[in-house]
Amino acid sequence: MIRLSIPLRQALARLSLPVLIAAAFGTMLLGKADTLLVERTRMVLADTLMPIWTAVQQPVGAVQNAVREAQSLWEIRAENERLRLENERLHRWQATALALESENALLRRQLAWIPDPAPQFFTARVVADGGGTYARAVLLATGGQTPARKGQVALDERGFVGRVTEVGSRSARVLLATDINSRIPITLENSRARAIMVGNNAARPRLQHWPEGQAPREGDRVVTSAEAGAFPAGLPVGVVRWTESGAPEVELFARLDRLDVVRLFDFGLTGILPPESVARPEPRQRR
Amino acid sequence: MKAPIRGRTEPPAGLLRRIDAVLRAAFPTLATLGLLVLAAVPVGAPGLVMAVCLPTVFFWTVFRPAAMPPPAVFGIGLALDLLTLAPLGSGVLVLLVAHGITQRFRGFLVRQSFLAVWLVFGAVAVGAAALAWVLTGLLTWQLPPTMPAMHQVGISAGLYPALAWLLTRAHRAMQRADG
Repeated sequence: MIRLSIPLRQALARLSLPVLIAAAFGTMLLGKADTLLVERTRMVLADTLMPIWTAVQQPVGAVQNAVREAQSLWEIRAENERLRLENERLHRWQATALALESENALLRRQLAWIPDPAPQFFTARVVADGGGTYARAVLLATGGQTPARKGQVALDERGFVGRVTEVGSRSARVLLATDINSRIPITLENSRARAIMVGNNAARPRLQHWPEGQAPREGDRVVTSAEAGAFPAGLPVGVVRWTESGAPEVELFARLDRLDVVRLFDFGLTGILPPESVARPEPRQRR
Repeated sequence: MKAPIRGRTEPPAGLLRRIDAVLRAAFPTLATLGLLVLAAVPVGAPGLVMAVCLPTVFFWTVFRPAAMPPPAVFGIGLALDLLTLAPLGSGVLVLLVAHGITQRFRGFLVRQSFLAVWLVFGAVAVGAAALAWVLTGLLTWQLPPTMPAMHQVGISAGLYPALAWLLTRAHRAMQRADG
């Protein structure tokens, strides 16, 4: 170590805080000027920490499971009653679905309908909260050999979760539908009206820009729209709920507060991504 | 009086000793970074990373300022910004300002009771959240919602007693080790 005289050392110690505060402003400028560098650094850091998070995931998951188990044991009677009712309802729906399926097959045969190709997907585990105070995002462990790609669509077992915005070698960041920068083109299933679902960092994103005279109605099902070429049409998103203050919100099917595994779908679409997450998605790799 | 035990003279500061000294000095910073990484594990409460960061930096600044010099605060802030999607530099500035203000009043704070320190920390947390809100607004050029900021104040003020208990233990152990 370099020996310094005591007054000099004290002066340096006193100077270090203002200098570092200036450096903090410099960092802000750098972050604004070179978003690509920041994104790369973030993903390198995430890749480096991925083994730790993967290891921690196991005990944390076990504890969470135990807590959930205890809760479900506690509510087992009410849950049972609810499930019995739901089962009855679903039986009726199953009969309807079977009838509709056969009718649909018949009609498709008559129309020479070309079915959509079955999309490829792979499953990835959520290992870390990648958002922070003013952002909603999660980090996935993609394991290296799986082809994560910007613009892929993430769904959990119930519905739409978000989109892949940053990809590292072992990890990927998914911007959730609730993030303040998230804009999802959607269709209201009953009226076929288009609208935009805007994240606001709260649990329920808002609806905006629906066509004149076709306001979303309470309880309407919301699915993705193929407009802008970012999503395939018809992925389940949620249900419209009006707030007391008179704004339509979407109650998401996906349980974003307890994500543990998501499916990443590659629809091969190259539509727009939010401007923060760097211009265009990479083209799909040819094999 | 016993005759002093004869032996070899103390070896000059070798590599291992130096590593040992550096690790001792860096322990609070490294532990804070470790805590940050652990706080990112999803448990259903977003924004935990920042909420964990502030009490730790505050505690070390008040009770063991040598262990939390400004460069360490800068590093922790940078890690915070890179781990989360916060605009780069905002966490750094918030932590440095909180650190600077706390350091100015540390002579007063050290002599206060736990409750008083907790109250002061609450005020610091409010200030930090307000500064973070303003910075996020300026850097992303859109008005951020105020709810997450309040959440963050609540979580970090609520976490402070638990973290302070843990850190007090660590602090005492380090004092004992120092002799």
